[in-house]
Amino acid sequence: MSTALESERTFVDKFPDEARVVRAAFLSSFFALFLGAVFGIIQTLHRTDVARIIPSTDYYTVLTAHGVFMVISFTIFFLVGLFTWAITRSLDRPLLNIKITWTWYGLMATGMTLTGISILAGFVDSIDMSADVLYTFYAPLQAHPLFYAGLVVFIVGTWIAGADWFRTFLAWRRDHPDERIPLQTFMVLTTMTMWYIASSAVAASVLLFLLPWSLGFIDQVNPTLTRTLFWFFGHPVVYFWLMPAYMLWYTVLPKIAGGRLFSDPLARVVFVLFVLLSTPVGIHHQYLDPGIAEGFKFISMTNTMFLLLPSLLTAFTVVASVEYGARKNGGTGLLGWLTHLPWRKPEFTGMMLAGLMFAAGGFSGMVNAGMNINYLIHNTLWVPGHFHLTVGTAVALTMMAGTYWLWPQISNKPIYSSQIGLFQVVLWFIGMALMSNAMHAQGLLGVPRRTAEPEYSGFDYPTMFGGFEELNIQIAIGGTLLFVSTILFLGNLVLTMGNPTVSGLAETLPTPVSGPEDAPQVLDNLRLWVGIAVTLVVLAYALPIAAIIQRGGLLGPGVGTYPVWLAPLLDALANAAATLFGAVGDAGASLAGVVR
Amino acid sequence: MHIHAYEKLWLALSIVLILALIGTVTYGAVGPGVAMVADSQSTIDPTALDEDERFSEPRVEQVGENEYEAYVVARQFGFQPDPIVVPANSTVTFYVTSADVIHGFEVVGTSANTMVVPGEVSEITVETDEPTEYGIVCNEYCGAGHHVMEGKLHVVSQSEFENRGGDSA
Repeated sequence: MSTALESERTFVDKFPDEARVVRAAFLSSFFALFLGAVFGIIQTLHRTDVARIIPSTDYYTVLTAHGVFMVISFTIFFLVGLFTWAITRSLDRPLLNIKITWTWYGLMATGMTLTGISILAGFVDSIDMSADVLYTFYAPLQAHPLFYAGLVVFIVGTWIAGADWFRTFLAWRRDHPDERIPLQTFMVLTTMTMWYIASSAVAASVLLFLLPWSLGFIDQVNPTLTRTLFWFFGHPVVYFWLMPAYMLWYTVLPKIAGGRLFSDPLARVVFVLFVLLSTPVGIHHQYLDPGIAEGFKFISMTNTMFLLLPSLLTAFTVVASVEYGARKNGGTGLLGWLTHLPWRKPEFTGMMLAGLMFAAGGFSGMVNAGMNINYLIHNTLWVPGHFHLTVGTAVALTMMAGTYWLWPQISNKPIYSSQIGLFQVVLWFIGMALMSNAMHAQGLLGVPRRTAEPEYSGFDYPTMFGGFEELNIQIAIGGTLLFVSTILFLGNLVLTMGNPTVSGLAETLPTPVSGPEDAPQVLDNLRLWVGIAVTLVVLAYALPIAAIIQRGGLLGPGVGTYPVWLAPLLDALANAAATLFGAVGDAGASLAGVVR
Repeated sequence: MHIHAYEKLWLALSIVLILALIGTVTYGAVGPGVAMVADSQSTIDPTALDEDERFSEPRVEQVGENEYEAYVVARQFGFQPDPIVVPANSTVTFYVTSADVIHGFEVVGTSANTMVVPGEVSEITVETDEPTEYGIVCNEYCGAGHHVMEGKLHVVSQSEFENRGGDSA
């Protein structure tokens, strides 16, 4: 053992078992990224009419695969890896029982494999199985039961992962009763709290309605109800993708910039705000749904706008922390400090470009959230343009950049080539700038999302300047650059794995300028935040869901159900709930009246 | 808790921005009267649209001076009626429903845009201007033939509309 290794040990030296889990989770994540990228490039070239290797009817299988592999597998596997690293590192103790850790990893991997098989089977006509329902799986489009079952197994895996981390935290708490929760642990616990609240709805939707329905136990479901339960989960899940990026921006980026985090208390406030505000907003995906009253949509809009606050605060704190590092390294002047930053490091430049794109994505998100202006862009290509900036860049690029910093810590292997890494993150930025810009522009022209043939036979899109074709070319070039960037990233990582093991790669994280001792004690009171969060969710969702069930019945407007005895019972329950909330409902209705 | 002065300023400006955004939406609803698709219509049996008095025969009909109602059915993979013909310089209320899965109804290049959910009826009111033609697309994925699901909205002069007998079904 070299002296460097003895003086400063890397994560893998200290926690070899945990490091193995982190590596496994990251590799699962990157395998999904590879599959997602392959389907992404097929989709880009098909839709822009550059190269068509599949029939248009198969386009939706490609689209489902791209969506599910990218936003469920790639992001969430990375998250569980990162959080395992973060909780172990910041508590400085191993997980309680590594067998439980491997169990949840195994469940997640099994679940995603089942779901993946059901999706990919859609390409093979001889297999009677398909799941061309897209990532949003709105009923009454139906997937093979394996698709839903796999999702359930995957989500249960994430729940056990959260329990694993909470138990480890509680064990630490017994030994350190009076200490503040370390920042990274705090971020893990708050994010998982949000996840438990959010994923409960989609689990209920799948277990109570979609899975029994796909197995033929019930004849039909209520489309508005399952859609609402989906979006109850479907908006907070974007913060589940984003929180790992935030964790890296808050705790790792300042260090790479040569400084330290500006404010630990503000970071905690931001994560608490996400717990409170991220769930009661999902109805903003349903502004254009019939069957949901305007008052409920208005409440959701208000919450959504307040949800901007944690991201705006993050913009300040992260930029301030980076500036602090630059000034410490001799940077001066209003903007001159920008030249004293490690722009040659892919882990730094990648995260900074990701943050820059996130700002743009935040602004297009404000347009989406604007209840009335939303009419112009709802379900147009603007929307994927938006989330390719947020998830596709802020999250994905930060994860790739973070890997350049983290991988040596969990493997004792230096990155194969920082130059390739730097080229790769810049290429991602350029590719996404082209593709996303053109998507936003086409969205404003009314070009719909999620379709194999944007050039309809019957009519043209009114172009303002440039041309529709020119925008298509931008999308095709951008998508191609993104594919090349992904391959460079994965290639660099594979070559890194072939590097010999060395010592002296350890990186420590410095304490913040304003530390946890500045944070009011109440911030660490997780019970309080859970209580408030649940109350807010109930306020935002109890009435709309009761109203939806009362309108259409638990199993949807239309024909009867099987088994027959179930429906009257559930309807009675729904009516009771509706009556209970009736008084508050009148208040909601009068609010709608005031708003009008 | 120590908060830097610049941080306080940033926080204040952020809250002002958020309140301003909420204000614009509220103004849109109260001032210009931007109406949302809402739960104004009662539910309907999507499997029995052929027995429904409004949707058994998708059509456009006159309901008042310069006021028209269009009953539109979306199903895999098209809209009825097609084309939808409405007179220029009038007020048209669309009632759109689905016979099968969730569809979208988007008059391209305008803000006339709604989800079409089976069992629900979407109501949107628009003002037409001069005679022109619009494309209509389904903007919610609805199955393997989703990309061929399109329709037309023809805004024609009053006299041309009357010559057609006021019915485009």
